[in-house]
Amino acid sequence: MNDVMIEADGLSKRYDGVLALDKVSMQVRQGEVLGFLGPNGAGKSTTMKILTCFTSPTEGSAKVNGCDIVTDSLGVRSAIGYLPESTALYHDMLVLEYLEFVAEMRGIVGEDVRKRVKVVVEETGLGDVISKEVRTLSKGYKQRVGLAQALVHEPPILILDEPMSGLDPNQAVEIRDLIKDIGRQRTVILSTHNLAEVQVACNRVLIISKGRIVADDTPDGLRDRAGKSRCVVTVQKQGSEGFAKQCEAAFAGIAGVDRVRAIDSGSEAELSFEILPKGDDDLRPAAFKLAVDKSYTLVGLRREGQNLEQVFRELTTGEGATEGAAS
Amino acid sequence: MQRTLTIAKREFRGYFNSPAAYIVVCLFLTLMGFFFWNPFFLINRASVRGMYDLMSVLLLPTAPALTMGLLAEEKRTGTIEILLTMPVRDSEVVIGKYLAALGLLAVLLACTLAYPLSVSTLGNLDWGPVLTGYLALLLEGGAMLAVGVLASSWTDNQLIAFFTSGIICFAFWIISRFLPFIPQGAASVVEWLSFDYHFQDMARGVIDTRDAFYFLSIIGFSLALAFRSLESRRWS
Repeated sequence: MNDVMIEADGLSKRYDGVLALDKVSMQVRQGEVLGFLGPNGAGKSTTMKILTCFTSPTEGSAKVNGCDIVTDSLGVRSAIGYLPESTALYHDMLVLEYLEFVAEMRGIVGEDVRKRVKVVVEETGLGDVISKEVRTLSKGYKQRVGLAQALVHEPPILILDEPMSGLDPNQAVEIRDLIKDIGRQRTVILSTHNLAEVQVACNRVLIISKGRIVADDTPDGLRDRAGKSRCVVTVQKQGSEGFAKQCEAAFAGIAGVDRVRAIDSGSEAELSFEILPKGDDDLRPAAFKLAVDKSYTLVGLRREGQNLEQVFRELTTGEGATEGAAS
Repeated sequence: MQRTLTIAKREFRGYFNSPAAYIVVCLFLTLMGFFFWNPFFLINRASVRGMYDLMSVLLLPTAPALTMGLLAEEKRTGTIEILLTMPVRDSEVVIGKYLAALGLLAVLLACTLAYPLSVSTLGNLDWGPVLTGYLALLLEGGAMLAVGVLASSWTDNQLIAFFTSGIICFAFWIISRFLPFIPQGAASVVEWLSFDYHFQDMARGVIDTRDAFYFLSIIGFSLALAFRSLESRRWS
């Protein structure tokens, strides 16, 4: 197939003897919005810096838009728009000046500079701040300017390093929707450690941990991996010392229960348990009946699907849920 | 080439966006005014001969001050990441920034034209040596700026860049004063290496291509090293 926009083959990067990236290979196709997920220091930024030709891999090779990152770095850099993690912009310039500067640097000339800047200003909603100095902008607006500079030359590929970090929830949602919009026509790689963002904005997720890719799937596919829903039950504490143990044993006795684990209830007077079913049964009725039978004072009962967060934790800390429960 | 000019334009404007450049220029002109007019009336001659020596000394701290932030500040704030992921060659970045500094030096030198102009109203000023003197200043200042750009490419700390380039320029400037202590054979080499040796020739009104060549090689060599140093981030 010819629509592979980014192709990395065995990328490794060593910083002063420390292996930051360990043989990362991946392919990104046209029109994909790829979420790059991982804890801090996992190698997300390093991968992006390599793909944008800011730094070179110690080993391995990569092609972006058909150009090799080492031998044709100018070709690669013409095809990408990049928003680095720091979103460092020239603070002493006006927003308009800055975007015009970037447009000129990106090889846009003459009349087109103004036209293109006007388009991205509209796209990113910067109209109100265009004649302000960059330094005076809020974090959210700076992030928009960062996006605008990455978009001004209409690159087929966008590489965004943590575009939503440090924003308040409203701003984050706005930026996320913006990226979703942008992603309709382009290939986008964005990195984040926020799972909700990935669930909404991306159609494919790569999870990277300690420099290796540990999962490559759709957000739904990843959730399916986690599978079962869980039931969380909260009861009031009662007199005797062994009450917690008793409860746990009682809940474990319900038919169809795989395992039970005490979790933090957030209150001194209450106990919470996580009950995992063997299949995908709803355990709430059974748990309720049990509580009535044993005359536990039930204060909370809910069922929830496993979210990406748990999958993420399992994949990146290397401990599965089973071991987690056993310990 | 277009991108080199775009960078130069941005940096040049940047000088005037912050008070730093104004302070440097004002300080330069104030000190110059003070030290120039004091002996002028003692000598009682319509000459600006002493001005060049004075300016070449004043350039020693001025040039590093103008260049210290050019690359170091971009590294510190991280703006260099956007800059270098644009389709621009490292050499274009270095030359663009250098041209901006050179532009500001030209502005600074243009301001000092007030001295020969006012002296020419007091007596009969020979404009020939003035012209070569300014050429000498532009070349020597240009060499200092190139060293400054190089120092700025080595660090992400402006102060370190300032002192590094200041010390290198000072060393090149002062070595000719140590000639009596240097063994015969080495003396001519050391003399040839010094800024002052080539500067004095031109300030006196002699245009020698070898002097120009000396300064131009310092500029070329420093900028090439700066370009390498910028590129070194890609060495794996």
